[in-house]
Amino acid sequence: MRPAVEAKGVTRVFRGTGQDSVRALDNVSVAIRENEFFTLLGPSGCGKTTLLRLIAGFDFPTDGEILLYGQDIAPLPPFKRPVNTVFQSYALFPHMTVADNIGFGLKMLGRPKAEIEARVDAMLKLVHMQELKNRRTSQISGGQQQRVALARALAPQPKVLLLDEPLSALDYKLRKEMQIELKRLQHETGITFIFVTHDQEEALTMSDRIAVMSSGNILQVGTPWDVYDHPAERFVADFIGETNFLTGTVENAGNGQAQVALRSGAKIRAIAAVDFRAGSNATLMVRPEHAKLVKGRGDLGGIIENIVYFGTDTHIHVRLDEGDVFMVRQQNSRSAGCGFENGTRVGISIGDDAAQLLKD
Amino acid sequence: MAKRFDVRRQNGFVSLAILCFFLLYLPIATLVVYAFNDNDSLAIWKGFSLRWFHVAWNNGLVIESSIRSFQIAAVAALLATISATMAALATTRTKPYRGLTFKYAFINQPLMVPEIVTAVALLIVFSRIKIWTGYSGLGYLIAAHTAFCVPFAYLPIRARLESMDLALETAAADLYATKWKTFLHVTLPLLWPGILAGLMLAFVVSLDDVVITEFVKSGGQDTLPTYMLGQIRRGVTPEINAISTAFLVLSIGIVTAFFFVSRKRT
Repeated sequence: MRPAVEAKGVTRVFRGTGQDSVRALDNVSVAIRENEFFTLLGPSGCGKTTLLRLIAGFDFPTDGEILLYGQDIAPLPPFKRPVNTVFQSYALFPHMTVADNIGFGLKMLGRPKAEIEARVDAMLKLVHMQELKNRRTSQISGGQQQRVALARALAPQPKVLLLDEPLSALDYKLRKEMQIELKRLQHETGITFIFVTHDQEEALTMSDRIAVMSSGNILQVGTPWDVYDHPAERFVADFIGETNFLTGTVENAGNGQAQVALRSGAKIRAIAAVDFRAGSNATLMVRPEHAKLVKGRGDLGGIIENIVYFGTDTHIHVRLDEGDVFMVRQQNSRSAGCGFENGTRVGISIGDDAAQLLKD
Repeated sequence: MAKRFDVRRQNGFVSLAILCFFLLYLPIATLVVYAFNDNDSLAIWKGFSLRWFHVAWNNGLVIESSIRSFQIAAVAALLATISATMAALATTRTKPYRGLTFKYAFINQPLMVPEIVTAVALLIVFSRIKIWTGYSGLGYLIAAHTAFCVPFAYLPIRARLESMDLALETAAADLYATKWKTFLHVTLPLLWPGILAGLMLAFVVSLDDVVITEFVKSGGQDTLPTYMLGQIRRGVTPEINAISTAFLVLSIGIVTAFFFVSRKRT
C-alpha cells in the first residue's frame, strides 16, 4: 500500500549569520501509513516540529522530497495542500465565533453555504461543542479551544492531520481526557494523524507507531512496544521510560544473544539485536520493572540507598558493587510493605530476556 | 507586598499629580470660560453670553477656513493611513534584515526633523513647482500634511501588527486561504483598531498644524489654525476663544467617537 506521507532524504538547513548554520533535519526518510496515528517524538530541537512544518508547507526543505500519496508536495504553498494543522497555541481567530472558525477552511475552498453549515454542525457534534457554537473563542476555556482547533482542522476533511504538541497547554487531567478523545477522533474520522510531542508517555499511550528523533535524525521507527522494549540505541532507551544502564565487556556473542562481563565480575546474558564482537565494550540496558530484588545472591549485588513510594509501585535504588545506582520497580500490594530496608545488602536478579545490548 | 510599592503611596505623588493636571488644564479652562464672556476684552469678565459664538458663526472666513481644514485633514489622514498600513505590513511581516532599523527611522523622519526645517524646505520646493506647473491648489497642503501624518498613523498600526500572533496568518494559510484572502479575512479585521487609531491621530495632527501650513499655503488658503494666528496679530477678542472652544469640542468629539468605534472592534 502506498504511504500517506513519505519523506525522502529530507534535509533542512537554517542559515545563520556567518558560518553557523543549523542542520534541523539531516537526510531524513520516513513513510507514514494511511489511517495511522503516527508520532514524532524527541526532545526540543530534535527537528520534529521542522518536519511537521515541512509537511504542512510552512517551511520548505533544503533538499529532498515530501510525498503525499505519491505526489511531491514540497514546493506547494500551504493553502494548496490537503493537509491541516492543529497548532500548539491553537491559533483560533479571535474575531470570529466558534462556528466561523470551524467553517473557515471550507469557506476559503469556496464551498456552498449550506454545505459549510452542515459540516460545521457535524464537527461541533463530533467534538461535543454544539452549545458553544456562537461563542467568541475568547469566551471559552482552554480545553474547549483545543476542541475547536481540532474541529477546525478536521472540517475540510484533510488527507492528513498534523498536530503540533496540541496538549501541552492543558493541565494533567484534561490532557489525559484529550488523549483518549484524540484517539477516538482518529478512529472515527479515519484520517492519518501525525502527532508531534516531547512527552514519551503521551507518545506511548496514543500512537500506532512512533518515530524517535534526535538532533535532526530519526533513530528508530516502531510500535510503542518496539521502541520501549527493543530500543535501537542508547538514546532511545534513555529517552523513553526509565532505564538502568550497565557497561561491560562482551565475552561471547551470536544468534541474537550475548554474554557480558561487568567490572565486578558478574556475568549477564543479554539480547543483542545487532552483532557484537567478543572483547568489545558494550552498554546493557535493563528496565526497572524487568529486574527483581532478592534477599541473598542475584545476578548483581548492592546496598539499598533509597526507597521511594509511588502509590502503584515502589522504586528501590540500589548502589551496585560496580559503583552505579540501579533502580528496581516493584508493584505494591495492599497488605505488605516492600519487604526491604534502607542500607541492607540485596541481590538483583535479571531474567533471561530482561537485559539488552545497545549501540552507543 | 505589591501595595507597598504602589506609586500612589509614594510621598508627594498626589500633590504632584494635582499640580500637573492643574498646569495642563487651567489655561484651557480659562480659555473656555472666557469664550462665554459678554465683553470685547479677553481679560475682564462682564457676564455670560453666547455672543462670540454667534460672531464666529457669522464670520465667513472662519467657516471657510474650517471647511478647508477638514478637507485637508480628511484627505491627508486617509492617504497617510493607507501608506502607513502598507509600510507597517512591509516592516513587520518580514524576517529582520540589515537596514530594517534604518527604514523605521526613515518612515518616522517627520517626528525627528524639526518642523520648521521641513516647512522651509517645502516652501522652496513647492514655490518652484507652482511656477513650473501653474497649479496652486490645495494639493500642496494635502501632500505636505500626508507626509508628516504618516508616522502618526504608522506607529499604532505597527504596534498592533507586532502584538498580533503570527500563527493566525499561518493557520489561515493552512486552511486554504491565499495570501490575499488571509489579509482580507484575518489580518485586516484584526488590524482595524490600529488602523482607526492611526487614522484618528493623523486627522487630529493635520487639523491643528500651523508651521508647515503657514509656509506652504498659497494666498487665500488659510486653515483654521493659520487664520486664528493671523487674527491674533490684529488684536484679540473673545471670538478667538469661541472658535478655540468649538474646535476643542469637535476634537474631543472625534477622538471619543473613534475610541468607541475601535473598542467595539476589539
